[in-house]
Amino acid sequence: MNGRTYDEVSVGEELPALPIPLTRTLIVATAIAGRDYQDVHHDPGLAVERGSKDVFMNILTTNGLVDRYVTEWAGPSAVVTAIKIRLGVPNYPGDTMTLTGTVTAKHDEGRRVEIAVRGENGLGAHVTGTAVVRLPGKGAI
Amino acid sequence: MSAYEDFAGREIVPLREGPDPVNVPMIRHWAEAMGDRNPVYLDDAAARATGRPGIVAPASMTQAWTMRGYAATVEGSSAGAGARELNALLEKDGYTSVVATDSEFEFHRELVVGDRVSVREVVESISPEKATALGVGRFVTTVRTYTDQDGEVVAVQRWRLLRFRPKAPSTEKREPKAPRPRPAINRDNAFWFEAAREHRLVIQRCSGCATLRHPPGPCCPHCGSFEWDAAEASGRGHVYSFVVNHHPRHPAFEYPLIVAVVELDEGTRLITNLVGVAPEEVEIGMPVALEWLDADPDLTLPVFRPVAQEEQD
Repeated sequence: MNGRTYDEVSVGEELPALPIPLTRTLIVATAIAGRDYQDVHHDPGLAVERGSKDVFMNILTTNGLVDRYVTEWAGPSAVVTAIKIRLGVPNYPGDTMTLTGTVTAKHDEGRRVEIAVRGENGLGAHVTGTAVVRLPGKGAI
Repeated sequence: MSAYEDFAGREIVPLREGPDPVNVPMIRHWAEAMGDRNPVYLDDAAARATGRPGIVAPASMTQAWTMRGYAATVEGSSAGAGARELNALLEKDGYTSVVATDSEFEFHRELVVGDRVSVREVVESISPEKATALGVGRFVTTVRTYTDQDGEVVAVQRWRLLRFRPKAPSTEKREPKAPRPRPAINRDNAFWFEAAREHRLVIQRCSGCATLRHPPGPCCPHCGSFEWDAAEASGRGHVYSFVVNHHPRHPAFEYPLIVAVVELDEGTRLITNLVGVAPEEVEIGMPVALEWLDADPDLTLPVFRPVAQEEQD
C-alpha cells in the first residue's frame, strides 16, 4: 500500500470518489461490529414505528467510512487526528453513497492535512465534515 | 430556568470503562464490515513499518470500545443517574425517538492493543424545542471524554442527538385538505397567474423604460408609462426575508409554515413559501430555486427550494 508524504499533498487536491453500495447487510453488519444494538439499525418494523422509512446506517459507521476513505488515500503511515461530521439525509438500504473529498488546508506544525469530506446518496448529502490526518515527512516512506 | 437548561454542565455518564481492552478480533470485525484494508489495523509488521509500536485500532472505532452492548440496550438500562433522569424528562415530553446528527472527534493518540478505554459524558446544551423534518424535538449536545488506563485523555468527542416525537406514520389516512385561499385576480395581475398555470414565472416590464416591477400594477412607478410586457424570470434568487407562521392556522397549510420574501436574480421580490427545508435551517441570503406547486386544478403557485451554493453556477 502506497502512501503520501506531507510535501506531496497540495491544497485543492481532490481525492478519488468512493462509491459505497448501501446493502442491508452492510448497515446491520457495521452497526453490530461497533456494538450498536439500537433497533433502528437492524429492525425494519421498529424503525418505521420510530418515524423512519426503513433501517438506517448508524453514525459510528459514517465515521468509520470517512476514516477508511481518507486513510485509503493518505496511506498506512497517516495518523487520523480529527473526524468532525454532520449527518443530513439517512443512508437507507438499496441506495449508494459516494464519498468525495478535497484538501482544504495544510498545517506545517505536525504536518497535518485537512480534508473536507462529503457523502451523497440518492436523497442528498448524508454526511458533510472534515477529517484531519498527520502525514509523514519527506523520505519517511 | 427550564428543567432542560438545568442540565447544562451536568455529568450524565460518570467515568465508565469499556468491557473489553482494545483487541485484534474486534478490530477485525470492524475493519471487515467497513471494508477497510489498512494493514496497520491487523498486521503487526506492517504497523511497525510505519513507525508504530505495533497494531493500532482505527481512530473512528474509539467510541465502539465503550458501547454498552446488546444486553444493556435491550434492558434499556442507562449508564448513569444523570442519563436516567434526562431520559425520563425527554420521555415525559414525548421525545421517544432518537437520531445522532453530529460527531466531532479529536484524537489525542492512537489506541494500541491492550489499551483500556473509559468514557465520561457531560451535557453541553439542550436546545429549545425545534421543528425538524423528522418531527418536533430537542438537540442534546454532550461532550464525551475518552481516557486510557492511566487516566490520560485519548480522544474528545462533541456529540449531538436529536430527541424527537416521531411524526404519525404516513399510512394514516388524513382528512382531505382545504383548498388554498384564492388569490384576488384582476385585470392588472391576471397575466401573472395565467403564466404560473403554464409553469412560467414572469415579471412585468415597462415598455417605456424597461424597469421590472412586482407585484403587477397598471403603471410604471419609475417613468409613469402604462405600456408594459412581461419578461421570463430565471427562477433563481435568494431569501430576502422570512417569517415562520405558527398561528393562526388555516386548514390548507402545513405548519410551521415558512413565508418568505424571495429576491429574484432579476431584482424584483415576491412573497412565496419555501419547501424542502426546516424553519430553523432557513437563513437570510440563502440561495433558492423555483419549483411549481400545483395546489389544485385551478391554482398553480411558485414556491422556492434552497439550493447549495455550488449548484448556483
